[in-house]
Amino acid sequence: MSTLAPPRPGAARPDKSPPVEVKRWVPSSRWAWALGVVVLWVVIWALTKGNDTLALAGRERTGVHDALAEFRDSVIASRADNPLIQLTYEIGSWFTSVVDWLQRMVSVENFPRPVPEIGWLGVTAVAVWIGLAVAGWRIALLVAASFLSFGIFGYWSDAVDLLIVTFVAVAIAVLVGMPLAVLMGTGNRAVNAVMTTILDVFQTIPTFVFLAPIALFFGIGASGAVVATLLYALPPIIRVAGHGIRTVSATTIEATDSAGQTRWQRLTKVQLPMARKTIVVGLNQTTLAALSMATIAAFVDGPGLGQPVLDFLKTVNVGGAFVPGALIVVIAVMLDRTTTAASEYGERAARGGVDRKRRRIMLAVAGVPVLVCLYLSRTYSWAAEFGDSTWGPRLADAVNEFFGWFTDTFRDLTQGFKDAISTVLLNPLESLLAESPWWLAAGALLLLAFVLGGFRAAVPTLVCVAGLLYFGLWNHAMITLTMTLVGTVLVMALALVFGVWMARSPKVDLALRPLLDAGQTIPPFVYLIPVLALFGPTRFTAIVAGVVYAAPVAIKLVADGVKAVSPTTLEATRSTGSTTWQEVTKVQLPMARGSLVLAANQGLLYVLAMAVIGGLVGAGGLGYDVVLGFARSEEWGFGAAAGLSIVLLGIMVDRIARGAAQKTSR
Amino acid sequence: MRSPRRRLTALTSVAAGMTLTLTACGGGSIAEETEANEERAAEFGDCGDINMAINPWVGYEASAYVVGHVAEETLGCKVTYKDLKEDVAWQGFGTGDVDVVIEDWGHPDLEKKFFAEQGDGSAMDGGPNGNVGVIGWYVPPWLAEEHPEVLDWENLNDFAEEFATSETGDKGQFLGADPSYVQFDEAIISNLGLDFEVVFSGSEAASITAFQQAEKNKEFLIGYFYEPQWLFAELPLAKVALPPFEEGCQDDPAEVDCDYPETVLKKILSTSWVEEGGPGVELVQNFEWTNEDQNQVAKYISEDGMSPEDAAALWVEENPDKVEAWLPQ
Repeated sequence: MSTLAPPRPGAARPDKSPPVEVKRWVPSSRWAWALGVVVLWVVIWALTKGNDTLALAGRERTGVHDALAEFRDSVIASRADNPLIQLTYEIGSWFTSVVDWLQRMVSVENFPRPVPEIGWLGVTAVAVWIGLAVAGWRIALLVAASFLSFGIFGYWSDAVDLLIVTFVAVAIAVLVGMPLAVLMGTGNRAVNAVMTTILDVFQTIPTFVFLAPIALFFGIGASGAVVATLLYALPPIIRVAGHGIRTVSATTIEATDSAGQTRWQRLTKVQLPMARKTIVVGLNQTTLAALSMATIAAFVDGPGLGQPVLDFLKTVNVGGAFVPGALIVVIAVMLDRTTTAASEYGERAARGGVDRKRRRIMLAVAGVPVLVCLYLSRTYSWAAEFGDSTWGPRLADAVNEFFGWFTDTFRDLTQGFKDAISTVLLNPLESLLAESPWWLAAGALLLLAFVLGGFRAAVPTLVCVAGLLYFGLWNHAMITLTMTLVGTVLVMALALVFGVWMARSPKVDLALRPLLDAGQTIPPFVYLIPVLALFGPTRFTAIVAGVVYAAPVAIKLVADGVKAVSPTTLEATRSTGSTTWQEVTKVQLPMARGSLVLAANQGLLYVLAMAVIGGLVGAGGLGYDVVLGFARSEEWGFGAAAGLSIVLLGIMVDRIARGAAQKTSR
Repeated sequence: MRSPRRRLTALTSVAAGMTLTLTACGGGSIAEETEANEERAAEFGDCGDINMAINPWVGYEASAYVVGHVAEETLGCKVTYKDLKEDVAWQGFGTGDVDVVIEDWGHPDLEKKFFAEQGDGSAMDGGPNGNVGVIGWYVPPWLAEEHPEVLDWENLNDFAEEFATSETGDKGQFLGADPSYVQFDEAIISNLGLDFEVVFSGSEAASITAFQQAEKNKEFLIGYFYEPQWLFAELPLAKVALPPFEEGCQDDPAEVDCDYPETVLKKILSTSWVEEGGPGVELVQNFEWTNEDQNQVAKYISEDGMSPEDAAALWVEENPDKVEAWLPQ
């Protein structure tokens, strides 16, 4: 089963070129060295605490912030005659008209018609038919159930709008992304390195940070939504498809080259077909990334299910927000399973496992009821518009009741837990990171990077530290880093417990997977209110939001890693009569070490990705700064600097973790 | 894989079944409704479009949908609602994306950029909408009842410890608001010598949840809030008295040591849209109502769970005389 989330730069990202020959100056016990650095840090911190922390007073802004704000003001002031902005607006309005046309076709009334050109029955029939054509019966049923649920729960238009934005963005992402993927897959090492770095930067930018600049250049509504979604969804296909093309076996290429083919033939007849499966994985990741961004785009009036979710936030109606939120999960699961099944189906067809003639006849016959449905949905109201149903509100009430009960029952417990973690973990760590003089924290981070990952980690860390200092939000960056680290610790605790449990029991695995998928795709706004009720507006609430989002990935990675431990090794241990506990701690976990490090790396990045959401629930730090910049025009430069700082922080922790991972797995 | 032939039969029978159901059921015809719509459109003449920004709070939504409802149902305009934060909404005046911001709490910075005097002139002041905003420091009702002393700022320091949380250590916590809102609480606290620290809730939803929980669990909480707001119907927060506002005491953000002034809420309109004119423009310019009116509609939405459209329709139906006064002469 694939992972339901946009991939982020990670340690085991397969596209890394083979490890360069590094001079092996690696202390045999790197972790002991790292511990030494930390001890030294603590000692100096105790002496210098509170000096040179670079904390900004309330409304203090640096020259860089002002310059960024001025840039934005000049863009707005010149928008009437600046050719670049004219161009981007032109592109934006083209997107708007495409989306608008599609909406009038299938989701909103096309005046003077009281309904869209094609009503729900027709749209559902066509979607089911497509499911049947690309992936067979089961998927067709899944598609039917999904589309019906949109209407039954009362969000037909919003759900279809979300699909429209997602598809327009994905279509363009594929058009733009595939040539780039080919470039990446066939280019030399330098091209590859440059592109990887750019993709890393793009994938580290929190979704929220995309919105302000894009609204500025492309306008609000569908145009901004499509552009933001497109940009966010582009990296996975380039990265994954590029990797697929690059890893087509050299022997096959040589063999066919000897037959005297041109480069174009090599690409279209050998490389692309052989990378087909990986390309579909890339498409799958791109689609899911698009879906999550299209939801957030509701902040700039992007059409789709994000809008009702945000609406219900105004009246803090958890149940209300849950219903459209759950439908987003339905869409994610539908798209995920469809693309995955389509690739398997295509594979089988390519190998001749499908009787093509029969299939054509079958699809043609299936087309008849589709046409009938289309006709009906254009003619009769009942087939064009879903009647009012009480399912949505009833589900919302049930959810509200449940959360009310849950909060009242467990609040004392959760408050205590929050206070404990804050005292034991959060406050000391924050004090160390954020109250150290900047030169101490920066020096310690650099040393740690070097000890754990050598020069390949230390050089990017140096660049990022310099960048953080330049953007003037050092202190807030350290606060955010603290929360990210604490979040990662919690994520790893969950990952170890549930990952091992899932690996050891297929039943648990089967039961947990859908929950994990939901945790990754449900928009955080849905669960923010219950989490707020349980923990109050605090840093810990932000951490919990990050953990909900990050734990599923880490759990899946640990589970897969532990499962991959060879059964023979396990048999051997069992024959020596070791206990389950010994089996887990002495064999399974150590042998899955690579997966654990990878899970920690992904956990870090996913928690960091939620920093901005944390800003919405009382976490402060860079997240709040981004929200502030998005909300108040005079703080735009400040918010932009905070957004860029999050990117730098992300690259830094990724490179350190990646460096550590490469050495660990060696 | 199952036999494709069985699939064929299954599909054919589905098709046949469907055709049967249809003929039996019939139902309303879309063609008729289309004709009705066309006739209605011809009857009204062309009122044009109104792009109405929806800033993210319920009171705003109430005003916007009431105006929108009248524009659509009485004047036959086409109203498009756009969910946007203030800052992004103002950007939209110049591009034609936004025509109306129906409730503005004062954004000097945006006025400088978009009003004619200093900026590009894409936006203009549309006059007051009748609502008056009250910003201030609030505590949950149980606290006001049990410790009425907290309602005076001078006593706040006595309770600082009670207000402390995991975020503030020994100091009292003051819950700052959604960053969209004008707030000087850090300055007020330091200039009044209060032993408090501001923790920004970051969003209105977070503030509301915090107040709800504080009331339910009888916990100390003080924070920034405002009226008119739907929450007051459910939870009548009590306002803490700060040194009263005097002209000029909030001019320098770092020196603020007084309460927030009452804010006359106003409409902001797209200049080019106003110049085009039409009944929709006149309606929006005439629109004015009271805090009670807005609270009524906000209550329909938040407490009674009505959709904004239904809530607006209900209020319009109940208040024909008020609506009459807004209509173009």
